[in-house]
Amino acid sequence: MIKVDLNATVADTEDRGWELGLSAYRKLFLIREAENAILRYYPEDEMKSPMHMSMGQEAGAVGVCLALRERGQIFATYRSHAAFLARTENVHAFFAELYGRTTGPAQGKGGSMHLSLPAEGHVCSSAIVGSCLPLAVGAAFAYRSRREDKISCVFFGDGALDEGAFWESINTACVMKLPVIFVCEDNDWAVHTGREARAGYDSIVQVMRKTRCLAESMDTTDVEKIAAFTSNLIDQAQQKQTPAFLRLKCCRYLEHVGINSDLAAGYRSAAEVDSWRARDPIDSQRQRLRQRGLPEAVLLNLEAEVLQTIEAAVTAAKNAAPPSPAELWTGVLP
Amino acid sequence: MRKISYAGAVNEALAQQMRLDPSIFVYGIGVPDHKRIFGTLNGLLEEFGTERCFDTPLCEDTMTGFGVGAAVSGMRPVHVHIRVDFLLLAMNQLVNMASTMAYGSGGKLQVPMVIRAIVGRGWGQGYQHSKSLHSFFAHVPGLKVVLPTTPYDAKGLMTAALQENSPTVFIEHRWLHWAEEEVPESSYTVPIGKARILREGTDLTIVTASWMAVESLRAAEVLSRRGISIEVVDLRTISPLDEATIAASVAKTGYCLAADGDWVPYGLASEISAVVSEQCFGQLKAPVARIGFAFTPCPTVRCLEDEFYPNFGRIVRKVESMLSLEPTDLRDEFSYSHERKFKGPF
Repeated sequence: MIKVDLNATVADTEDRGWELGLSAYRKLFLIREAENAILRYYPEDEMKSPMHMSMGQEAGAVGVCLALRERGQIFATYRSHAAFLARTENVHAFFAELYGRTTGPAQGKGGSMHLSLPAEGHVCSSAIVGSCLPLAVGAAFAYRSRREDKISCVFFGDGALDEGAFWESINTACVMKLPVIFVCEDNDWAVHTGREARAGYDSIVQVMRKTRCLAESMDTTDVEKIAAFTSNLIDQAQQKQTPAFLRLKCCRYLEHVGINSDLAAGYRSAAEVDSWRARDPIDSQRQRLRQRGLPEAVLLNLEAEVLQTIEAAVTAAKNAAPPSPAELWTGVLP
Repeated sequence: MRKISYAGAVNEALAQQMRLDPSIFVYGIGVPDHKRIFGTLNGLLEEFGTERCFDTPLCEDTMTGFGVGAAVSGMRPVHVHIRVDFLLLAMNQLVNMASTMAYGSGGKLQVPMVIRAIVGRGWGQGYQHSKSLHSFFAHVPGLKVVLPTTPYDAKGLMTAALQENSPTVFIEHRWLHWAEEEVPESSYTVPIGKARILREGTDLTIVTASWMAVESLRAAEVLSRRGISIEVVDLRTISPLDEATIAASVAKTGYCLAADGDWVPYGLASEISAVVSEQCFGQLKAPVARIGFAFTPCPTVRCLEDEFYPNFGRIVRKVESMLSLEPTDLRDEFSYSHERKFKGPF
């Protein structure tokens, strides 16, 4: 492990305004490496939870969560490793839940598809496409009723655009003028079904612009651009008292569910995935920080610290106890 | 004590609890319109304003999820549906989301939400405005299902539901809305999950709920003139089910008729039958009998509708066959209908 004197360089980064860029990189690297740890340990078959990997899609979750800050309460999907870690950075809770241990937030009753840590800003995740959108709208109503400085944000894939709950939620949020940010992580695929088979319109953003919500689209892996743009979108939405819809074009590197590549299946273009990998969000952010003059040592130190945290989380999860059989019956009716 | 109607009792429970708890809000299609959901929401808009009493777009599923989202964020939503049938549009949010939130979050999220739905009947309601479906909801762990019969219980159970931390489906039969009885003005609760002996008896137990409890009481009254003593157990809540009260009654009488205002196969009557078979097998003097809707969609035309619904006469006949009695002459007996409203008291 590389040892670096962090104290000297942290002051440097703050002085040069690197703080946001560095915290973005930390989140990106944490998510990518946590998923790399899943790739390493999943074959041991101790994490018995269907894995819908975020790999390739990290920039959206991180950029949006940076823009939301502490006031953001997020709702997500079965593919929410990135959103969960971007919002909470709680890698211990993450692995404990994936391993199904008593130390997990839901003691393994939720697993990978139902990550939830409300005290740290991740309210819940659903494995039924589109099902968290209405919850985000209702939560926004609650925040407004209680005059709380919170914003609700819901992440969903482009498959959710096909669901009635999407249109109903947008409509309701517009009618009630609620502070919800709808974030569509558009990776083109609903499992293996492409948009030609699903969309009766050309551009979802154009359609959304006909409603009373602000609607924007981005096609980038640049986390800082996403953070800045989203921050601006949230400000505008708050000013105008409307919900906001943000479509983020992205690429799912791996198969729909599981830890492998599925390019050999031939249903999507390998060249396109390669073009996304060439502008990988984690690598790009690292290069940018280096180009800005951030010392390599700072990055290496940060990476070493993150990797250590991940390994510690995996080890702690493996060593933690699984729930007792009696736990099956607790918590059905609080 | 003053008498109020069932609809008035629901209204009073809501108003009283809304005064005490600012997190309660009432919403749903048509909630603030001039009809105020059969008068059950009278005065709420005026007293609590549009933030706590409001109309919604026609999207039952999303508005149910809206309630779940508000509930996990500290509110107590009361979602109102003028027919139970419309709740079928909300099954995803009820079954996949509301019922699993607490369990799936390790208890970190709770859904203190009440889903009120009204059962329609008569004057051509037909097959999409007449369902009760209580056993659909009772089949799902994580939902509580309440269907009060009397105004007293309606107020007490609504008050309890508004203090409950689990999603509670609260089913009101439209014909019960007119029933009147003495109801205390002050706030009180009736415990969720507890049945009530509506009429004591020694010869046969009828286990029932909601409108069928009224029909069961009518049947008990008719049979009492022949010296037959019927005990009527009004379940009030069907999930959790008060098995102990059912078992104690059947152990006493040795006979059980499960009378339900819903379809029989896989339904509440069948569940009661199973519970009684498991817990009272040694005491039973005859097999448990079940009575409910004809296993058809509900027809619109009156003459067929009369065939579809079980009533006190059908119950009397069933009891007679269970106890090997000669048929009672029912030709001059009064029967409730849409026009001849039941107004209580119990």
